[in-house]
Amino acid sequence: MVATAFLSDVSKWLSATPLSHSIQTTSWIIPALQTIHILCVAVLFSAAVLVDLRIWRLILRDLPLRDVGRRFLPLIWPVVLVLLLTGSLLIVGEPRRSLLNTTFYIKMALLAVALVLTGLLQWSLASPGFWDQDNARRVAARLAATASLLAWCGIIFAGRFIAYTQAG
Amino acid sequence: MQPLADLISSLESGGVAESIRENDLLFPLIEAVHVLAICLVVGSILVVDLRLLGFASIRWSVGSVTRTILPLTWFAFAVAVLSGALMFISNAAKYLGNGFFIAKMVLIGIAGLNMLLFHFIGARDLAKWEDAARPPLAARLAGGLSLLLWVAVVACGRWIGFTMQPG
Repeated sequence: MVATAFLSDVSKWLSATPLSHSIQTTSWIIPALQTIHILCVAVLFSAAVLVDLRIWRLILRDLPLRDVGRRFLPLIWPVVLVLLLTGSLLIVGEPRRSLLNTTFYIKMALLAVALVLTGLLQWSLASPGFWDQDNARRVAARLAATASLLAWCGIIFAGRFIAYTQAG
Repeated sequence: MQPLADLISSLESGGVAESIRENDLLFPLIEAVHVLAICLVVGSILVVDLRLLGFASIRWSVGSVTRTILPLTWFAFAVAVLSGALMFISNAAKYLGNGFFIAKMVLIGIAGLNMLLFHFIGARDLAKWEDAARPPLAARLAGGLSLLLWVAVVACGRWIGFTMQPG
């Protein structure tokens, strides 16, 4: 396939860069980047869990959703930057492991879903009581919360499975 | 250490351990559940640690933060221990021979001790300061130490994967 050939060329080019060479030859860099990457996922996943459990009214029932969202959602964006930076460096270090791996693209699609849902939720919180106006909105909020949690679980599973599905 | 060696070989020879070792899909699945659980343990405990340090959630009392967050942390910790134990029995001897695995267990032990000390000594007069934006030194130390310990636990966990080949 043309796309595979292109990605293979990109991988070859990336592997030949001095940055990729440093990442490959210094043994502690990849585990260190993965540690920071997982810590970022931990923050993002936990923030999503806390806000989504509040949407389901399972925790923090006595606080307005707006307050819970304001505590846990804005912090997501700087953490996403670190997540993308460490993820990019991991790709530069071992391009074929991700760029030629379907699991990696599933992970990126799920990340896009999770981030769009988070962004929409954060934007909706600007108007107080937005999700409590009628029953349809309450149901929509719970569906979105469930979808975002499933997306995060999928991201973590796909992340681990990248290591087991890489092309030879 | 004959009894220990016997224990290890009996753990590794059980049917569950054998299935995890031999099924190509089981080990990665358990590993993914383990990562998921650890993420929730670390992310949720971070909320408590940052509150104890006075860095975040300062409009909420320490008591309300711990009451909301810690049940979630404990649930995730139970899942992490169970999935971790399944990976451990599949290759007990190799894990016990890995320095990062031992370090990870010791660090989790210290984190537990830190929590007990805070619970029984640091938080004895919690009612007096739980609404304060900046908790007393003992509480801030417990929060800071917990944060560092859990970051180190994650690092050790990742390094186990690079220093030990399962199977």
